[in-house]
Amino acid sequence: MADTRTTGIPSKVTQGSKTKGGIGESTLRPDGTLKVTGEFAYSSDMWHEDMLWGQILRSTVAHAEIVSIDTSEALAQPGVYAVMTYDDLPTAVKNYGLEIQDTPVLAHGRVRHHGEPVAIVAADHPETARRAAAKIKVEYRELPVITDEASATAPDAILIHDNRDDHHIGHVPHPNIVHRQPIIRGNADEAAKKADFVVKGEYTFGMQDQAFLGPESGLAVPGEDGGVDLYIATQWLHSDLRQIAPVLGLPEDKVRMTLSGVGGAFGGREDLSMQIHACLLALRTGKPVKIVYNRFESFFGHVHRHPAKLYYEHGATKDGKLTHMKCRIVLDGGAYASASPAVVGNASSLSVGPYVIDDVDIEAIALYTNNPPCGAMRGFGAVQACFAYEAQMDKLADAVGMDRVEFRQLNAMEQGTIMPTGQPVDSPAPVAELLRRIKAMPLPPERQWESSEGADVRQLPGGLSNTTHGEGVVRGIGYAVGIKNVGFSEGFDDYSTAKVRMEVVGGEPVATVHTAMAEVGQGGVTVHAQIARTELGVTQVTIQPADTQVGSAGSTSASRQTYVTGGAVKNSCELVREKVLELGRRKFGTYHPAWATAELLLEGGKVVTDGGEVLADLADVLEGEAVEVEAEWRHRPTEAFDLRTGQGFGHVQYSFAAHRAVVEVDTELGLVKVVELACAQDVGKALNPLSVVGQIQGGTTQGLGVAVMEEIIVDPKTAKVRNPSFTDYLIPTILDTPTIPVDVLELADDHAPYGLRGIGEAPTLSSTPAVLAAIRNATGLELNRTPVRPEHLTGTA
Amino acid sequence: MRVNFTVNGRPQEADDVWEGESLLYVLRERLGLPGSKNACEQGECGSCTVRLDGVPVCSCLVAAGQVEGREVVTVEGLADFAKQRAEHGGCATGACGSAEKAGTSLDAAKQWAAKGHDSQTGEGVELSPIQEAFIDAGAVQCGFCTPGLLVAADEMLERNPNPSDADIREALSGNLCRCTGYEKIMDAVRLAAARQSAPEGV
Repeated sequence: MADTRTTGIPSKVTQGSKTKGGIGESTLRPDGTLKVTGEFAYSSDMWHEDMLWGQILRSTVAHAEIVSIDTSEALAQPGVYAVMTYDDLPTAVKNYGLEIQDTPVLAHGRVRHHGEPVAIVAADHPETARRAAAKIKVEYRELPVITDEASATAPDAILIHDNRDDHHIGHVPHPNIVHRQPIIRGNADEAAKKADFVVKGEYTFGMQDQAFLGPESGLAVPGEDGGVDLYIATQWLHSDLRQIAPVLGLPEDKVRMTLSGVGGAFGGREDLSMQIHACLLALRTGKPVKIVYNRFESFFGHVHRHPAKLYYEHGATKDGKLTHMKCRIVLDGGAYASASPAVVGNASSLSVGPYVIDDVDIEAIALYTNNPPCGAMRGFGAVQACFAYEAQMDKLADAVGMDRVEFRQLNAMEQGTIMPTGQPVDSPAPVAELLRRIKAMPLPPERQWESSEGADVRQLPGGLSNTTHGEGVVRGIGYAVGIKNVGFSEGFDDYSTAKVRMEVVGGEPVATVHTAMAEVGQGGVTVHAQIARTELGVTQVTIQPADTQVGSAGSTSASRQTYVTGGAVKNSCELVREKVLELGRRKFGTYHPAWATAELLLEGGKVVTDGGEVLADLADVLEGEAVEVEAEWRHRPTEAFDLRTGQGFGHVQYSFAAHRAVVEVDTELGLVKVVELACAQDVGKALNPLSVVGQIQGGTTQGLGVAVMEEIIVDPKTAKVRNPSFTDYLIPTILDTPTIPVDVLELADDHAPYGLRGIGEAPTLSSTPAVLAAIRNATGLELNRTPVRPEHLTGTA
Repeated sequence: MRVNFTVNGRPQEADDVWEGESLLYVLRERLGLPGSKNACEQGECGSCTVRLDGVPVCSCLVAAGQVEGREVVTVEGLADFAKQRAEHGGCATGACGSAEKAGTSLDAAKQWAAKGHDSQTGEGVELSPIQEAFIDAGAVQCGFCTPGLLVAADEMLERNPNPSDADIREALSGNLCRCTGYEKIMDAVRLAAARQSAPEGV
């Protein structure tokens, strides 16, 4: 290749290569200053003149008929403006739901889980509303609770939902099963005969909570036109709108939704929470109504990660090649469907993990029970499977007598591998390389707690409880790797919309990007500005607040927003660029022949040729004329999985991460200190490297949480939640969280914008099994459930 | 009841306060200062951390009546508070700059700082060093934990200007963050400490 410095030929300019602050740079968050000064307006910060406070009364039992509801005493309280029950719902539409509309806005005759909304109150002070709600008398006649597969599918089991007419009822073996997805490929029984070693395992995954810090909240303001304005924290404005408007009896254009500041999401804001309740009370009272859950209510106010039972059988030859896999994954969906069908699709189609196994027999189901409803959480079905298949990989490697990492590398999938669904992996799948990188990282020093002044107890299991100075402490190391799909799968029309405008403001060219993308902390707003700079060659980019005045952006879920809404912003920018160039040709085309002949680019606020020659200032081209485009953008289509065989081009893209965990366990007390949790991940292209690393570290930590501390405890006798608080449901603190070194690999996926790969979820998968593997390594225990608690390590469980 | 106290250097009077209201509620709903956050309202998460007569407290656990006649600093006043502290020769405790270097050098800390600037970031707003460091190090994602962490970290650096990593973790262990995995928060505090102890103009 010619060296341009010596030949004097100008290097070819490509779009975006000369503009500062574009993709690939670690530009800073546009909302950063507002967030550090306390001025960023979260949904719980909304305030309005004359505002009322809404409160929800929730069921105190998990499964019961409602015999009667008496609201008279609550209504009589001074300061109370409205009390509403099922009977006050304004239209025939009284249910909502993401896929299946099985969730009552307010309970009708029956409650199906602990904490189900029964009545709502509006009052002039939140405490008045709470006290009034407590004065509503609800008489329940309790019913037997369904809490697991056996009770759900018993011949005489009460049906959680009578008269199901959803599109899954035709293929499920029992009406208390939401959805079933088998995947059959090859012949697992036949292939099993080639196995020299067969390993079977039964695994349990506990119920994890998203535990986003900003509680469910929002403000509904009644409009003069009979409509309502809702300021809300959500993951998908248009999905909310589609569910809210019919219940209110309003056309969608009279429910105007604006995204407020969102204090984290992690899947927990995919379903509606207080949206309809606030709108109902606002329309009833004619006053703005704000609802803010406290933490206790938040634990009841959103779905959780599906707890699961996983039954696995793997075989391997004595050379260490996997022969077959059989598995059965039972997910507890709780009382309402939420995202359960899609979680089933993910769990089954990703149940093999990032490995090559030609002969598989897979089944995944989700149950209806009286446990808390479960739905979307970061990792979405792939998390539970990864915990189980990675435990299996360690057992198999040990059986074969191979190094655990080498065993995985030997069986690792790569580009071209056929998934159990028959879908080829048609972009880089550097599974073996990620494992190599993670293993090559230097280990933290042994006895890292020792300092010149003796043991620093803060670095030991038990921490400042001062339970050991190193006695009984054993180190363990564990590895894991996982595969996650990116984007909505199984034939979903997974599009996004972006409106991009270019104009001159104060003599400078400015781009404005308007989407309905929910910024929940992930940094989509940062990336949109970067894309606009790269594609339009401007410095000044304004990101408009997300609302329903622009087309849907789809959900901030499934690691999809940078891919899909990023793709939509890129696409709209390209269309704007064409229009700007047309405008330029019209105004200045006669001044220079390059306007007609050269490939033209927008760089540094100018129109330039691909040789770098400047033709015009963008400010002159755009003088007096703004250019605007709103366009939808889609990734390549997917298709549904066959309901009998599970075959189908179901996924858009895959995402891979690997972890190495180093733990130290006080084997006498059963206390675990995670010393380091290193991650290697392929991100395709890091649009914002700083944000990429932040996502990987955050996801890793949520995986750590469900390895050693996080679990919603549901009483199996009553199906009641026993620990709905941050006192009893523990998430990792900064003391629980280790150093998280991150190695980012960038192998482009040619199907995706800029070659990028959705990154948010993959690190949540392998983190948990890596920690478990390390604890097993330290203790020699089998540990087939997560989270691990002290009693599991001391034999006192 | 009526409560008179000082918030961010200004005398404030809150009327019609119900006896059960917390300081957090009065700040957020009566004084128009929603920067202190309401993530758990049971003293577990630290999102509502403010300084009460200089001491970091969870404002959700302080009854409004307890602050009568006292001084409160919230995240909204943090930049001013830090500026005045700097003008009065360092920290309130006099410990700043005197300790041995247990912390991170500026050169080492700089590697965590993001390069490049977003046109909408930080223009025309005066920030405290810890606020700037949180932005630069990528310690802010959803941002809901940020106000409490900033108040707690600022107070820690006032007491201990050259903290070790274990010191930082201990001091911030009452502040939950669900987004970042804390690594970039560690980076931010190290960066602020390093900048604070470096000579002027570096």
